[in-house]
Amino acid sequence: MSFISYLINGISLGSVYAIIALGYTMVYGIAKMLNFAHGDVIMIGAYVVMTAIAGAGMPPLLAVLLAVIFCTVLGVVIESVAYRPLLNAASSLAVLITAIGVSYLLQNVALLIFGANTKSFSSVVPVPALALAGGALTISGETIVTIASCIVIMIGLTLFIKKSKAGQAMLAVSEDKGAAQLMGINVNGTIALTFAIGSALAAVAGVLLCSAYPSLTPYTGAMPGIKAFVAAVFGGIGSIPGALIGGILLGVIEIFGKAYISSQMADAIVFGVLIIVLIVKPTGILGKNIQEKV
Amino acid sequence: MKMKKAVSAILVAAMAMTLMAGCGSKSDSGSDKAADAGSESGSVFKIGAIGPVTGGAAVYGEAVKNGAELAVKEINEAGGIGGTQVELKYEDDEHDAEKAVNAYNTLKDWGMHALLGTVTSAPCVAVGEVAQADNTFMLTPSGTAVECVQYDNAFRVCFSDPMQGLESAKYIGEKGLAKKVAAIYDSSDVYSTGIYEAFVKEAENQDFEIVAAEAFTAEAKTDFSVQLQKAKDAGAELVFLPFYYTEASLVLKQAAGMKFSPIFFGCDGMDGILAVEGFDVDLANNLMFMSPFTPTSEDETIQKFVKDYEEAYGQTPNQFAADAYDGVYAIKAAMEAGEVTADMSPSDVCDAMKEAMLEISIDGVTAKGLTWEASGEPSKEPMVVKIENGDYAVVE
Repeated sequence: MSFISYLINGISLGSVYAIIALGYTMVYGIAKMLNFAHGDVIMIGAYVVMTAIAGAGMPPLLAVLLAVIFCTVLGVVIESVAYRPLLNAASSLAVLITAIGVSYLLQNVALLIFGANTKSFSSVVPVPALALAGGALTISGETIVTIASCIVIMIGLTLFIKKSKAGQAMLAVSEDKGAAQLMGINVNGTIALTFAIGSALAAVAGVLLCSAYPSLTPYTGAMPGIKAFVAAVFGGIGSIPGALIGGILLGVIEIFGKAYISSQMADAIVFGVLIIVLIVKPTGILGKNIQEKV
Repeated sequence: MKMKKAVSAILVAAMAMTLMAGCGSKSDSGSDKAADAGSESGSVFKIGAIGPVTGGAAVYGEAVKNGAELAVKEINEAGGIGGTQVELKYEDDEHDAEKAVNAYNTLKDWGMHALLGTVTSAPCVAVGEVAQADNTFMLTPSGTAVECVQYDNAFRVCFSDPMQGLESAKYIGEKGLAKKVAAIYDSSDVYSTGIYEAFVKEAENQDFEIVAAEAFTAEAKTDFSVQLQKAKDAGAELVFLPFYYTEASLVLKQAAGMKFSPIFFGCDGMDGILAVEGFDVDLANNLMFMSPFTPTSEDETIQKFVKDYEEAYGQTPNQFAADAYDGVYAIKAAMEAGEVTADMSPSDVCDAMKEAMLEISIDGVTAKGLTWEASGEPSKEPMVVKIENGDYAVVE
């Protein structure tokens, strides 16, 4: 019975990683940059929800909506102020460094406004815990909602990219920016849209993360951000189903590693598996190997 | 081109000159300061204190600062130490070893007689090295690492990490709280590991069995479902949590989520859990932890301290404030017992005080009849606090 419990916990943790990894993978796929500030947008989203509920007394659902809107705007602003002027810079490292800078900026602004003290995040999930097999197996409401949201988001996003015009434009930009521009696609607009979607997902991830693990500090987003980045690379960066698979595998390996091998070595095991995967398949599990023609 | 070279040579020379000039003026001001200190030292006792008042550990340093200030104010109002007034100077170290040593040097220049500090363990070990070389008396209110008091000039008010582990195991065994115990600890943290190791060692002598011992690291300290599941599967009646309240609040929440309700038992790092903003205090019901100080105690000294502290700083004192408060009184007692005068050199003061520390006994807010051993460790009875209905209650 504990095996099933570990598996469910792993999928739940992995679902959060997957939703965060989506933000990394979409931005990378389209703008070819690593947005290291993504993890901190999660943290900002969680603070917005907390302030809206505790400070302004909003109902949880409205607070989540507000956080999604806030993070969407934040994502677009970050993109246009910090990244866009550098996208055509001589070195792609310039954007990477800026992203790290934005990450620190967000952390320090949060530190300034909310202070360093840990705040406890009260869960916004109204679903009660599910007791199975006569109480031997308990699945918390947060777990159910996290897994469900992850599935809904994946299906929605896949449909959006496959069926909508904007989604097709994203695909086109990710394949060949120059050609897409020649075909009349607004490349900058498409990149901004990608950031908007990625940041909106970050807000959702923030709410789910902090509902399941209710402690909020300005550094809350940093570690899950890095793990999700690993998940994105694991699944094949740039691939949306890859983010899902990478995220869930990472979560399950982490929990199983802790449960059956050693609880101290969890991270070493996760990263060890990552190295093996990358040696065997350098583009990640679902990564495409695009040959560049010279 | 030649012109350029000449100009740069002149610039370099000029820079070198200013550097030297800088040195000169610095040593001048240094001797000025020493002279100032000399002329003043006959009139007041100077107690230096070091701790973080900015940065991540600011909560601890702030409390120590307030507690020490309160004690110094009281002592001065009551006529000082042996009739001499006391001056307290507090320096920030941002919980950083290098900055702590700089702060120590600043205080030394100021003419400090004795040091209250430092607040956190790692800086305390670093300052301990320099203070030992200078033979300066130091008393750390809250440095729990073993190495904090490794030299004979250093003492502490709090329990050391191993002491906490040992006392926790003894307490659980002697009170018969549980037969099956699980332990979860942070293997990336000295504090947590130190307590855990001593706990396991003492557990062998006690009438309970450790059925699960699980670790976590700083990189993975949000998900405790596995550790709790293992404890639950092993049938643990008590789970020992020797780490800080931030992670502990997550453990309690996740345990409640999986309907696992053993006795949870923590150490002094657990203090503060009720102050976490937005924390559901019902989760902490029946949580027990070892704490040297309870603000709700009915003891008269403690009540007076809590009342004065609340009036002065607008918040309830925590154990760090209490440790600092007792620390200042311990320095006072040792200075009086060692017949220290304000015109003695810090080294002579240290020699007198380290002898005197072994003779004094203090009725403070963290313990009654608090005494010290030559090892620098305090000898006092541990207190166990239980949280009931969102408030502290002392259990005998």
